[in-house]
Amino acid sequence: MSGPTLTPSLGGYVPRDRTWQPDALTPPYKTSVKRSPSAALLSFPSSLSEETAPIFGHGILGALDNDLLHNFATQGQSAIGPRIIVHGRVLDEMARPVPGALLEIWQANAGGRYRHKKESYLAPLDPNFGGCGRTITAADGSYEFHTVYPGPYPWPNGMNDWRPAHIHFSVFGHGFAQRLITQMYFEGDPHIPLCPIVGALKSQEAVDALTAPLDMHRTVPMDSRAFKFDIVLRGRRQTFFENRKDGM
Amino acid sequence: MPQDRNVLRESPSQTAGPYVHIGCTPNFTGIDIYDGDLGTAMKTGPVQGQEITITGTVFDGTGTPLRDAMVEIWQADAAGLFASQNETRGASDPNFTGWGRSPGDMTTGEFRFDTVKPGSVPWPDGRMQAPHITVWVVARGINIGLHTRIYFEDEGDANAADPILSRIEHQNRVPTLLAKKTSEGVYLFNIHLQGPDETIFFDI
Ligand SMILES: [Fe+3]
Repeated sequence: MSGPTLTPSLGGYVPRDRTWQPDALTPPYKTSVKRSPSAALLSFPSSLSEETAPIFGHGILGALDNDLLHNFATQGQSAIGPRIIVHGRVLDEMARPVPGALLEIWQANAGGRYRHKKESYLAPLDPNFGGCGRTITAADGSYEFHTVYPGPYPWPNGMNDWRPAHIHFSVFGHGFAQRLITQMYFEGDPHIPLCPIVGALKSQEAVDALTAPLDMHRTVPMDSRAFKFDIVLRGRRQTFFENRKDGM
Repeated sequence: MPQDRNVLRESPSQTAGPYVHIGCTPNFTGIDIYDGDLGTAMKTGPVQGQEITITGTVFDGTGTPLRDAMVEIWQADAAGLFASQNETRGASDPNFTGWGRSPGDMTTGEFRFDTVKPGSVPWPDGRMQAPHITVWVVARGINIGLHTRIYFEDEGDANAADPILSRIEHQNRVPTLLAKKTSEGVYLFNIHLQGPDETIFFDI
């Protein structure tokens, strides 16, 4: 009652670090050559249009949405391949957990084949694997899903380019400015340093940020190995407003 | 040695690749494990304001339409309110999600949104922004998702006073941000990733 109180409030989003994020044009990844803007991006501070985002409640999720072993499989069947758990937390740049973040994931099957009309790799489809799933982070920002270890696959770019094993992630935070799509790689994969898409990353530190280590603490004995993958979304500045009681 | 700032680095972006639709619009690709694709319907009942349709195509630097892109839009309702937990100014239209996602047509790549004309939203300094829609484009070959905005060519006065549009150095490029009215309630907004008509992309 004796004076103003300080209340933290969220301000605008901290600008994206473009010296850390990949450039649009990375010629060894050939498709980027004609799909990269050549003019400078127009920079401006975030406004409500970027500081808001749609809400995805847990009510949209089905029981098997985070279980790629079974969400496409015939009753009593399961996807073929090494069983894994992928888990981690979604945080912002200030290390605050991001609860309620929608994660959508997609991947090739254990043989490196996607379930897609335009996919022509000769590895066979797995009749019990769709290759997509989704989940929403808990109050502490944590998530997990069950799947198979995806196979590396060849792709038309250079004469003999192979993608490292990877899982694609699409992430919604609390503001549209945080919207992110990325890929998770697996610790120890010898294809990582050879891949032109990984090569769009500007430093070993950035590659490491997308490389999930084996996590024996979460491995389920006689069942599944676990890999840990934390995701960091853009953070908002904290500003302090003086709140005065009415009449003061 | 200076103190640690105690901040983390944003996860680096990687391309959505050619199969983004498997993960984000699986029903569109024939994988029907969910009830439906998220972002397909922006209207969940009778909505306030003018209902509009926006269509367009994403082109690469050679003028070729992309057929593996995904376009998302995010906008206020007709009163300028967002259906978001971060909206503190009032309750938005309960029948309008404000968020749309389009995988584009399987053969032409054309995207389409059935939505409403957004109301005005304030700029951080209190001035009003012209009605606009936030756009995000990902595809194979795009290393980090591209943000832009749709403004409306028939909002001339509001556009002239807009805090962003009015300060763009190359005013000859502003038309790349304006949806063209092709008939009542129907707008065309093409996106050019590169080339003479390159869309203005934003670093927000
Ligand atoms: Fe892939």
